[in-house]
Amino acid sequence: MKRVHIGNISEIAEKRSRVVRLGALEIAVFKLTGGALKAIENRCPHKAGKLSEGIVCDHHVFCPLHDWKIDLNDGLVQAPDEGCVTSFQVEVDEQSGEMYLHIPEESILAS
Amino acid sequence: MKKKLVLIGNGMAGVSCIEQLLKLAPNRYDITVFGKEPHPNYNRILLSSVLAGDADMKDIVINDWSWYEENHITLHTGQTVTKIDTKRKLVTSDGGITAPYDELIIATGSLPFMLPLPGADKEGVIAFRDIKDCETMMEAAKQYKKAIVIGGGLLGLEAARGLLNLHMEVTVVHINEYLMNLQLDRTASLLLQQELERQGMKFLLKKNSETILGKKRVTGLRFSDGSEEKADLIVMAVGIRPNVALAKSCGIEINRGIVVNDFLETNVPNVYAVGECVEHRGIAYGLVAPLYEQGAVLAKRLAGVETAGYQGTVVSTKLKVSGVNVFSAGEYKDEPGTRTVRVQDDFEGVYKKAVIRDGKVIGAVLFGDTSDSSRLFAMIRSGEDVSGKEKTVLLGEGGAKPKSGADLVAAMSDDEIVCGCNGVSKGAIVKAIQEKGCSSVNDIKACTKASGSCGGCKPLVADVLTYVLGADGVKTVKEGICGCTTLGRDEVVEAIRSMRLTTSKEVMNVLEWSNPEGCSKCRPALNYYLGMVWPEEHEDERESRFVNERNHANIQKDGTYSVVPRMYGGVTTPKDLKKIAEIAEKYEVPLVKVTGGQRIDLLGVKKEDLPAMWADLDMPSGYAYGKALRTVKTCVGSTFCRFGTQDSIGMGITLEKKFERLNTPAKVKMAVSGCPRNCAEATIKDFGVVAIDGGWELHVGGNGGTKLRGSDLLCKVKTEDEVVEWAGAYLQYYRETGKYNERTSEWLERVGLDTIKAALERKEDREALVERIDKTLSLTKDPWKEIIEQQEQRKTFVPMDEQPAESILK
Ligand code: SRM
Ligand SMILES: Cc1cc2nc3c(=O)[nH]c(=O)nc-3n(C[C@H](O)[C@H](O)[C@H](O)COP(=O)(O)OP(=O)(O)OC[C@H]3O[C@@H](n4cnc5c(N)ncnc54)[C@H](O)[C@@H]3O)c2cc1C
Ligand code: SF4
Ligand code: FES
Repeated sequence: MKRVHIGNISEIAEKRSRVVRLGALEIAVFKLTGGALKAIENRCPHKAGKLSEGIVCDHHVFCPLHDWKIDLNDGLVQAPDEGCVTSFQVEVDEQSGEMYLHIPEESILAS
Repeated sequence: MKKKLVLIGNGMAGVSCIEQLLKLAPNRYDITVFGKEPHPNYNRILLSSVLAGDADMKDIVINDWSWYEENHITLHTGQTVTKIDTKRKLVTSDGGITAPYDELIIATGSLPFMLPLPGADKEGVIAFRDIKDCETMMEAAKQYKKAIVIGGGLLGLEAARGLLNLHMEVTVVHINEYLMNLQLDRTASLLLQQELERQGMKFLLKKNSETILGKKRVTGLRFSDGSEEKADLIVMAVGIRPNVALAKSCGIEINRGIVVNDFLETNVPNVYAVGECVEHRGIAYGLVAPLYEQGAVLAKRLAGVETAGYQGTVVSTKLKVSGVNVFSAGEYKDEPGTRTVRVQDDFEGVYKKAVIRDGKVIGAVLFGDTSDSSRLFAMIRSGEDVSGKEKTVLLGEGGAKPKSGADLVAAMSDDEIVCGCNGVSKGAIVKAIQEKGCSSVNDIKACTKASGSCGGCKPLVADVLTYVLGADGVKTVKEGICGCTTLGRDEVVEAIRSMRLTTSKEVMNVLEWSNPEGCSKCRPALNYYLGMVWPEEHEDERESRFVNERNHANIQKDGTYSVVPRMYGGVTTPKDLKKIAEIAEKYEVPLVKVTGGQRIDLLGVKKEDLPAMWADLDMPSGYAYGKALRTVKTCVGSTFCRFGTQDSIGMGITLEKKFERLNTPAKVKMAVSGCPRNCAEATIKDFGVVAIDGGWELHVGGNGGTKLRGSDLLCKVKTEDEVVEWAGAYLQYYRETGKYNERTSEWLERVGLDTIKAALERKEDREALVERIDKTLSLTKDPWKEIIEQQEQRKTFVPMDEQPAESILK
C-alpha cells in the first residue's frame, strides 16, 4: 500500500470532484457536502464514463453518460444496475488540509 | 498483466456469465470467446417466436458485435474448438486459432438428440436448435406442404406451431399417449391437445417411428405398427444431450454432462463449465433460468467475490404458443404421499392443480389461466407451510371469484419472482417504476431485464405497472418531477415563487424531498426553475448542472469533448475559417465536421485543452451542448437567391445574437427561410420564420428529432421588429410554463396552441414577457470567456495531480 500526497482539500469544491492520475490509474476524488472526501476509480463499470463529471447527491454520484448511480462509500452500483467501482481511502490532515490517497502498488502499475 | 479468460461456446449461458463478470470486475481479464455459430450471442429461446413470425432474426440478438468490441472481448465466430491442452493451458480451433488461458469456461450447450432411424440422414430431416435450423424450416415452408414433428414436448409443439404459421400442414408424432408428458398430467395434456387440434395441428400418439422414407429427400415416415405418414420435412424434437465430446477428449470428468461442483469447477484445475453441457448434483438443466444462476455464481467466483455456490434450481416451464396458456413447475404428478387441490372449469377451459406433500406445495400445473403461476412458483420455491389453508393455495383468500391482474400483483410478496429467466422480483420492478420512472413494459425491460428473454412474463409485468401506476393509463397518473418528490412541476415552481425559495437546498428541505440532495433528474431541473423565477437572486449552481453545461462542451463516449463556436446564421468568413483550421491543427483535433446546424464542430478534444482552445479561438460558445438556444439556421434569402422575398440571413443573425446564451427548459432551435420553399427547414424548428412577400410567418412547436413534428402557424407579422418581439414573448412564455427537459413540441401539445395564442395576443402581455426575457438576457455572459478569465474555474479542467508510476513506487 502506498500513501500518496495528492493536493489540498481546498482545491475541490463541495459536491464536485477532481481527477488525480497516478501511473496508469485515474481516480476521481469527491468532496461531499460537509467536507467528507471519497475516492473511486474514474471509470464507470458500464461503459467507462468519467464519474468525476457526474452529479453528486449526498454520497452518490450519477454517471454522466447513462445515469448509473454509484455509492461513493463502497463503489457499489445501485439497483437495478449492477457492478462495482474500486474505491480508495483518502486521508486528510486536519490542520493543513493536505490529502493523501492509499493505493495498492498493483493498481498503479496495472493497465 | 491481465489474466486470460477463454470461453468456449458463444451461447446464452456462457455469455451471460461474462456479462455478470464484466459488471463485477471489468478489468480483471483479457477475454476471448470461441463460437461455432457464425452469429453474435442471440436469444435461442426466441427462435420459436422467429419461426412463428412474431420476431425477426435481428430482434433476437442479445449482444451485438459492438458489445464485444466495447468490452474488448476477442470473438472468434465460426470457430469450433477441437482441442484443449490442459497441461499447457491452450485451446485450438478447427480453423487453427490457438489461445492460451489462465481460466477456461466450457459452455458448449447441448446437441439435439437425433433418433438413429434408417434414413435420418436424408435431406429435409432436421432438428430445432439454432438459427440455421430455423432458416431451413422457413425455406422448406416456401416449397413444401407437409411437415412432421417428432416429439410432443415443449420444443416439438413450439416448432409445430411455427410451421403452422408458415402455412404447412403439421402432424406431431409422439411416443407417449400424452403431450408434454414430462410437464403435464393427463387432464392438462388432453386439454392442450384439444386446443392445438382446434388450431389445426394433427397428432399421432403412442407411435414409434421406425424408418424415414424417400430417395434423396424425405417423403414420409413409417412406424413400427406398419402404418405410414407422408412428409416433405421432418423436425426431430425428441430431446437434447449435453454437448460433452470436447471436454471428454481432454480428460475432464463426464457423467451425463460435464460434472461440476457448486462453484462450477470441473475436476481439472482452472477449467469451469456452465450451461446445458453441465451436470450439477446429478442434474443437467435445459432451461435458461438455472443456467443464468450458474453463470452468476461462476462470475462471482472468477471476480473473486464471495458466493455461497450454486444450490440447484426448481424449474418451471411455460409453453410459448399463442392462445394457449400452460404452466408447470416442480413435482406435478400425483404420487403416493401427495394430495392435490384441483379446480376444473369446462366452461372457461381452465384447469389448475397444486400438489401438496407434508403441508408444502411441491408442484403445480395450470392450463387456460396461468395468472397464479408466479404465486404458486414462489410457494414451491420457498417451501412455505400451507397446512390448514390448502384450499386457498388455488382459490386465494376470497374463493373462486375472478381477480384482475393488478389484484393478483397486490397479493404477491415483494420477493416473488416475476421474470423467471432473469430472476427479477416484483419488488425490483416496482422500484424501477417508482425510482427510474419506468412507465412501459419496454422501459422495465431496459431497466431490469424482466421480460427480456422468453417474454412469457410480459402480461405480468404489465400487471405490475397497472398495480403501481393505476388502471387508467400508465402516463396519466400524477407523477412527481422525479423519484424524490410527488410534487409536479407547477407545484414546485409555485412553491419557489410563493415561498421565495432561492436555492435547491431550500426547495428540497421545505418541500421534503425524500433524498436529501436530490437526484440527477431534479437537481438540474430545480436549478433551471430557480434561475427562471429569480434571474437576479439565484446563483447558478454549477454542481447541479449536467456535465455538458458545466464544462460548456459536449462530452463524448470516450470522455473527450466537442467544441462548436458560434457562427451566427451559418455565415462565416475566410478569416474565421483559417483560424478554426489553425486551431484544429494546433490541438490535433481528431475530427472536424460540419454540423447539421450550419457550423463547425471540433470533436475529440481533451478536457484539459478546452480553456486554451477557447482562448485561441476567441469566438463565443455555440451552446451546442446546452438547454439553451442552439443554432439559427438560415437560407441565402433575398441577398442572392432569385426567389428570396426577405433578408433571411440578416433576420437569422439578429435572432441568434438576441437570444444566444438564454437558458430554456430544453434546447431551442430556430431557422429563417427566405421564401415558402423553406430551404432552412423552418417548419421543424422550435421557432421558425418563413418570409413571405411583405411579411413573415411565425411557426412554432416544430421538432426534427426523435419524434418528428411539423410546426403550427402562430401568426403572420409585417416587420423585423415584430418578429423579434413575438419570438421573445413566445420564448419567455415557454420558459415560464415549460417543464424542464420538455421541448416546445411537447409543451405545445400539452398546453395547447390556443392557450399560447391567447397568452401572446395582446401587445401589453407580449411586452411584459419581453421585459422579463430582456432582464434575463442582460445577465448572461459568454461562458467560455468566463472560464478563461476565472483562474478558480479554469483550474478544474486539469487534473489536480499527476504522477508517473515510477515516482510513486520508488
Ligand atoms: C453535432 C450534431 C450532429 C452533426 O454532426 O451534425 C448533433 C450532435 C448531437 N445531438 Fe443532435 N446534433 C446536431 C443537430 C441536430 C438536429 C438538426 C438541427 O438542429 O437542425 C436535430 C433535429 C432537430 C431538432 O432537434 O428538432 C438533432 C436532434 C437531437 C436530439 C433529439 C431531440 C428531440 O427533441 O427529439 C438529441 C437528443 C436530446 O437532445 O435529448 C440530440 C442530441 C445530440 C447529442 C448532443 C447527443 C449527446 O447528448 O451527447 C450529440 C452530440 C454529439 C457529440 O458527441 O458531440 N440531437 N440534432 C448537430 C449539431 C448542430 C449544431 O450545430 O448545434
Ligand atoms: C427453440 C427453442 C426454444 C426454447 N425455449 C425455451 C424457453 O422457453 N425457456 C427456456 O428457459 N429455455 C428454452 N430453450 C432452451 C434454452 O435456449 C437453452 O437452455 C439455452 O440456450 C442453453 O444455453 P447454453 O449456453 O448452455 O447453450 P447454447 O445457447 O446452445 O450455447 C452453446 C453454444 O456453444 C457453441 N459450441 C458448442 N461446441 C462448441 C465448440 N467446440 N467450440 C465453439 N463453440 C461451440 C454452440 O454452437 C452454441 O452456440 C429453448 C431452446 C430452443 C432451441
Ligand atoms: S444522431 Fe445525434 S445523437 Fe445520434 S449518433 Fe448522431 S450525433 Fe449522436
Ligand atoms: S458509462 Fe456510466 S452509466 Fe454508462
